[in-house]
Amino acid sequence: MSKVVVEISNVKLSLGGKEILRDINLSVEEGERLVVLGQSGCGKSTLLRLILGILRPTSGSVKFQGHEVPKMGRRKLNLLRQRMGMVYQYSALISSLNVRDNLALALEELTPTPADEIDKMVKEKLSLVGMDGTEEKMPAELSGGMKKRVSLARALMMKPELLLYDEPNAGLDPVISSVIDDLMISTAEQTGTTSIIVTHELESAFKVATRIAMLNEGEIIAHGTPEEFRNHSDSRVSNFVKGQASSPSQSTQFPQTQ
Amino acid sequence: MLNALQHLGSILWLLVDTAREMMDRLRRGKLPFRLSQFFDQTDRTGVGSVPLVAMVSFFFGLTMALLTGYQLRMFGQENLVPGLVAVGFSRELGPLLSGIMIAARVGASYTAELGTMTVSEEVEAIEGMGIGPRRLLVAPRLIAVTLLTPCLVVVSNISALVGTALVCKAQFNVSGLGFVQLVLESLVFRDIVSGVVKSLVFGMLVGLIACYKGLTVKGGAAGVGASTTQSVVQAIVAVLGFDTMINIVIVALFET
Repeated sequence: MSKVVVEISNVKLSLGGKEILRDINLSVEEGERLVVLGQSGCGKSTLLRLILGILRPTSGSVKFQGHEVPKMGRRKLNLLRQRMGMVYQYSALISSLNVRDNLALALEELTPTPADEIDKMVKEKLSLVGMDGTEEKMPAELSGGMKKRVSLARALMMKPELLLYDEPNAGLDPVISSVIDDLMISTAEQTGTTSIIVTHELESAFKVATRIAMLNEGEIIAHGTPEEFRNHSDSRVSNFVKGQASSPSQSTQFPQTQ
Repeated sequence: MLNALQHLGSILWLLVDTAREMMDRLRRGKLPFRLSQFFDQTDRTGVGSVPLVAMVSFFFGLTMALLTGYQLRMFGQENLVPGLVAVGFSRELGPLLSGIMIAARVGASYTAELGTMTVSEEVEAIEGMGIGPRRLLVAPRLIAVTLLTPCLVVVSNISALVGTALVCKAQFNVSGLGFVQLVLESLVFRDIVSGVVKSLVFGMLVGLIACYKGLTVKGGAAGVGASTTQSVVQAIVAVLGFDTMINIVIVALFET
């Protein structure tokens, strides 16, 4: 039996009096690529922030490698975060640092790794994501897809056990989107990293996932393999997979922003 | 009122948090932030502010000398002008003017920069990597502005005195050497110390408010704009408020 990397039990989260997540139960095993599907504003990105310890749940438990994330002190939490990597929706590269320094930041700040070793690792990770020779470029000089790739390279620098992707295909054209999907698969296979990918892009989800969970109005309403998802009996799942609105009111309402 | 107290508490908490992250790092024998970052901030905060502070103070000193000089000449006391400007600037106007200018120039830039980093998730990305964002982003800015405000006050005082000296020479027949002598006779050590203490407090206040406002921005570009305005307004009010408080304490302690 595979080792459980992330375990979320009975998690509820309210922010500003509004219930964002309710009764979330989810576990992710080592080497899995779990895709969390759902409409914009349903709490997908919030789920990633709970795992990373940026947000704390109102109740329930969030465990990473057996450690209770919300109950950890700052120092221990920072150590735990070094074992995770996150790729942000808009890449979140530090705009004042060039690509090399963005990638090197965590290693330089948190480890005694010598500079030449860091440079070697930067080159290696950039090569892995197909961004060789961009060390001196500033984030503003990169396209959206390039930023995403650099962001993935940065997330890989600390050799994480868990990779969190927040809408990795958002704002990308289908070709670049497919490149990012391939990168997510190859990275997971080459490094053995467990991945949690939050998206609402169906094509990407079915391509990348080994397992899919669907979040709807703060609740997980279904989870299973991509094949099980394609033929799911729940109308909310099948409507989402077919790209149809679940109710007449939904088709006229704008989704809430996350 | 409750909201204001909450903000005050959060600003103090930011100071405590920043100090804690820095101490934690120092205890492990490492510098809390990169020296290059610190020197970059000192250059932007200090060197970059010199022309503005010098120019405003020069014109202020010049005007002050002209206005007071003509009044005092009616009583044959124009020789008091150098001492009046020197004491006025070193105790009060130098720190106050510098504090206000730093709030507008440096505070606004800190808030806008950190605010943009916050809305583009850069701050969260730093936190998510397990790096303390306060020691990395707040500490170099806060230390730079706190340490450099007294230096800018010295620039302000000297510029104001240069302006005053020009007016004294041109209008009141006070020679350069005589001007220096009159200034040195009027100034006491306490005037200089109180000015330095005030400027340290003003620098820290501006830095703390600006960084706090930057790190708590919500709502994209509009939020950054609103927070930057709030940061400048609140920092100027805080500088004026603390100036009054420090003056009350100084008067109560020394009665002059």
